[in-house]
Amino acid sequence: MIPGAFAYHRPKTVKDAVAMLSELGPDARPLAGGHSLIPMMKLRLSSPAHLVDLRAIGELKGIRAEGAEVVIGAMTTQHDVIADSMLAARLPILRETALVIADPQVRYVGTIGGNVANGDPGNDMPAVMLCLGAVYQVAGRKGERRIAARKFYEGAYMTALEPGEMVTAIRIPVPPSGHGAAYEKLKRKVGDYATAAAAVVLTMSGGRAATCSIGLTNLAETPLWAEEAAKAVVGTTIDAAAVKKAAAAAEAIASPASDNRGPAEYRKKMAGVMVARALARAKTRAG
Amino acid sequence: MNDVTPSSAERAEKLQGMGCKRKRVEDIRFVQGKGSYVDDLKLPGMLHGDLVRSPYGHARVRKIDAAKAKALPGVVAVLTAADLKPLNLHYMPTLAGDVQAVLAEEKVLYQNQEVAFVIATDRYVAADAAELVEVEYEELPALVDPFKAMAPGAPVLREDIKDKTDGAHGKRKHYNHIFAWQIGEKEATDQAFRKAEVTVKELISYQRVHPCPLETCQCVASFDKIKGELTVWGTFQAPHVIRTVASLISKIPEHKIHVIAPDIGGGFGNKVGAYPGYICAVVASIVTGRPVKWVEDRIENLSATSFARDYHMTTEIAATKDGRVTGLRVHVLADHGAFDACADPSKWPAGFFNIVTGSYDFPVAHVAVDGVYTNKAPGGVAYRCSFRVTEAAYCIERAMDILAQKLGLDPAELRLRNLIRREQFPYQSALGWEYDSGDYHAALKKAMDAVDYRALRAEQKARQEAFKRGETRELMGIGVSFFTEIVGAGPSRNCDILGIAMFDSAEIRIHPTGAVTARMGTKSQGQGHETTYAQIIASELGLPADDITVEEGNTDTAPYGLGTYGSRSTPTAGAATAMAARKIKAKAQMIAADLLEVSEYDLEWDVDRFRVKGNPERFKTMKELAWAAYNRVPKGLEPGLEAVNYYDPPNMTYPFGAYICVLDVDVDTGVCKVRRFYALDDCGTRINPMIIEGQIHGGLTEAFAIAMGQEIRYDEIGNCTNPSFMDYFLPTAVETPKWETDWTTTPSPHHPIGAKGVGESPNVGGVPCFANAVNDAFKFLGSTHIAMPHNHWRTWTVADKLGLHG
Repeated sequence: MIPGAFAYHRPKTVKDAVAMLSELGPDARPLAGGHSLIPMMKLRLSSPAHLVDLRAIGELKGIRAEGAEVVIGAMTTQHDVIADSMLAARLPILRETALVIADPQVRYVGTIGGNVANGDPGNDMPAVMLCLGAVYQVAGRKGERRIAARKFYEGAYMTALEPGEMVTAIRIPVPPSGHGAAYEKLKRKVGDYATAAAAVVLTMSGGRAATCSIGLTNLAETPLWAEEAAKAVVGTTIDAAAVKKAAAAAEAIASPASDNRGPAEYRKKMAGVMVARALARAKTRAG
Repeated sequence: MNDVTPSSAERAEKLQGMGCKRKRVEDIRFVQGKGSYVDDLKLPGMLHGDLVRSPYGHARVRKIDAAKAKALPGVVAVLTAADLKPLNLHYMPTLAGDVQAVLAEEKVLYQNQEVAFVIATDRYVAADAAELVEVEYEELPALVDPFKAMAPGAPVLREDIKDKTDGAHGKRKHYNHIFAWQIGEKEATDQAFRKAEVTVKELISYQRVHPCPLETCQCVASFDKIKGELTVWGTFQAPHVIRTVASLISKIPEHKIHVIAPDIGGGFGNKVGAYPGYICAVVASIVTGRPVKWVEDRIENLSATSFARDYHMTTEIAATKDGRVTGLRVHVLADHGAFDACADPSKWPAGFFNIVTGSYDFPVAHVAVDGVYTNKAPGGVAYRCSFRVTEAAYCIERAMDILAQKLGLDPAELRLRNLIRREQFPYQSALGWEYDSGDYHAALKKAMDAVDYRALRAEQKARQEAFKRGETRELMGIGVSFFTEIVGAGPSRNCDILGIAMFDSAEIRIHPTGAVTARMGTKSQGQGHETTYAQIIASELGLPADDITVEEGNTDTAPYGLGTYGSRSTPTAGAATAMAARKIKAKAQMIAADLLEVSEYDLEWDVDRFRVKGNPERFKTMKELAWAAYNRVPKGLEPGLEAVNYYDPPNMTYPFGAYICVLDVDVDTGVCKVRRFYALDDCGTRINPMIIEGQIHGGLTEAFAIAMGQEIRYDEIGNCTNPSFMDYFLPTAVETPKWETDWTTTPSPHHPIGAKGVGESPNVGGVPCFANAVNDAFKFLGSTHIAMPHNHWRTWTVADKLGLHG
């Protein structure tokens, strides 16, 4: 649990950070909250020669509304997400999800940007971003670009980020008021990654699901957007038969590894159970 | 006496003696972060060690090349077996009569086994250098399943002893066999089974777990070449034993070895034995002439230091149709890992597993144990229990539930029919123990009344009906356990560690002002000895507990003792404390008689003073007598007021208790939610009810962890798959149930203050209680025994196999 040697940098602007990351090359890693990277370094699974700490960059922090979108700076902590009243009103699923990430101490330091950008399939926020159709704002040497969350995740710890690029903000289209949402996570204990977890955002109209989107956490090499599962409930009253179909569709795309949380077969089944429970809860919340 | 003289009761209360919920004095430093642990120690010129460990479960070591590591600036030396061999230190003796490799010589036998020790000026450099040590391995087939250990053609693990036919406890049956041990009357037991109206049989496995103290194992060794003296600060539950062993191994005279155990952050059995890291640090300090610190990390602690359990118990009970037990037969396959480093009293290779008849009146019983080697870390320590007692309690408490199920009896009712009756104490068990005291029926009935047991069973019945009708997806389980512990090792006639009798000791010095310094041979790792021993002295001598300092852990100052584990501190050193105090009191009485000019026989003790019988206004307080002891002693009496006692207990003590757990099982996820847990403990005389309650809370939390999730797992090639807090279940406050505690008091008749020890009871009674509750939830569907740990996926699998997922 002793990391190798590294140089530490603390830029004050995005511009400087991006320049540093390009200059230092693949031996440099941006450091957000550090709750994934530092344990990896202590286990010597990762040995970056340079850490570019983003904590001093003010422009990366904060939560604001921009028209129909909410924009969250990458260095906003999970605690900030939990404490923000605008988010609680307009995007309650973010608060619900942040509350099941790790523990309060970690959430004071861990950031939403680090959570989505690291590409760890165990992280909770990516599936929620897929579910919400979020877009990541990315800065690199060549300037800024935007990448849809649904196109961002390519494999475990593999993302659409080019070398030297970093996520600076997350843009989330706000679901219509009266939507129902839920994040259902099965875990062994506080601080654990999900055995299986499901994010649901839906709207109801005349007692039937008008729209529905479902994301799955830690059930494959990447977070999953479960389109078929969502389709199975759209147009229904989210009755038992529809829920069963949705659960089966989620199980069908899940390909979890067997680990100490349980064999793959169990975790697949839990994908279905989490989807069913998230649908039920989201439905009761939809108005 | 006049109105302003405090009454006896008022004076007694001020002493904060036995029975007082005195706040823990050690917490003043702990809650302020001012505890002083091994890793806080920084000595001038101190070097840091790090271990190179095997990535393989079983492999031949072909070559070790440390050239690159040695070339790294800051690296002082790299030790391997080749360096230790000339000193005859490449192997060290274990407490179980085996030897354990300090640094692997020709083979590694478990993953993360110690291969080389790097010494550097800086902890970071040491870790960098450890990565640069190049070791060439030739992988060998690993043996991880104890049931395959003695198969013909099984891999030969211990080449160093493969031709040795005699083990520490008799003939070996196979090259991977360690020992066979048996106790009880085999013929009579077999006869009971032949005649039995009903029998049950089940393989009851208790998985490999780890005590997992929050502070890992660590030490600082400092050899003074000028004086030829060695000082070792370490996380030692038994500092004196470490000193003696260090002297025997190193040939440094024992008086020139100073072992100091400072504050310890939990032990739970993990810190009883000696580890290769300690030997390496000592050798490194002797070689370099500088202090050397070695601190293991969490992964090292979980994967390489002493594990617990790994007992596979084939258990049979014979009984009559109306539920009277007539015989017990158990065969245990004990997986001891690659070296037999089990920490038991020398004559007891399976610890006190023969407490397995539990709290029940078995007329006959027979136990046979076979220990085997596997490619896993060595150990087999008593994780918050007396030696192999939690294994025994789990075994008998599961088996009794299985018998109840077969007989169609309520598990509590079956227990009531078979519990040892009050009038049978002292009770001779079929497997050789003499239980000191108990009132088991009163305890179980009190527990059942407290939770309204009948109402719970009615609710469960209704829930089962609702489940069958499809109205709920939750099952309700009610677990009952009744345990008897055997603690306080122990009488020198049958308990020793490497030949040293397992007595314990106390030395009490009363200073002229009446302030007290007391030292014991035990060593607290969180048990609160500084608080409770002072309470014993306060009550015995009438001096306020706040005026008494208790010290432990420094072998230069503390009297020789065998340390703290197996709930032995109160039964042994607690008894020694009372006995030493009584010696002091006897001398004080002589001084008082002289001062009051009466005969000693005319004096009587009153809380904090000797007074003249029939004339209570003539008295001398203990405080006054302390001054007199240094100022005006009677003729012929030597000055001073102090005493030492080495207490060799006449018997073990037998704490007991009745626990009841209520939980709900979500059959769709396998999540078990503990709704209620009631624990009634009888530990004899209660010294500090608040500390007892804290001990019960902590022990139940560990029992919950073991029953519901803890497990050290190996894959088929010998990789330890879960040695970190990501996977090894250490519950937080969020997962931990709320505990309800209760008690009865049945003093031990042979202990000076009647106390029995309590720290480990909740682990012993708790584990089977949780397990019985989970089993109870499913048994109406035909399930008989579900293996621990009851984590989500295992519980879900049970439901799945029972066809509950449609």
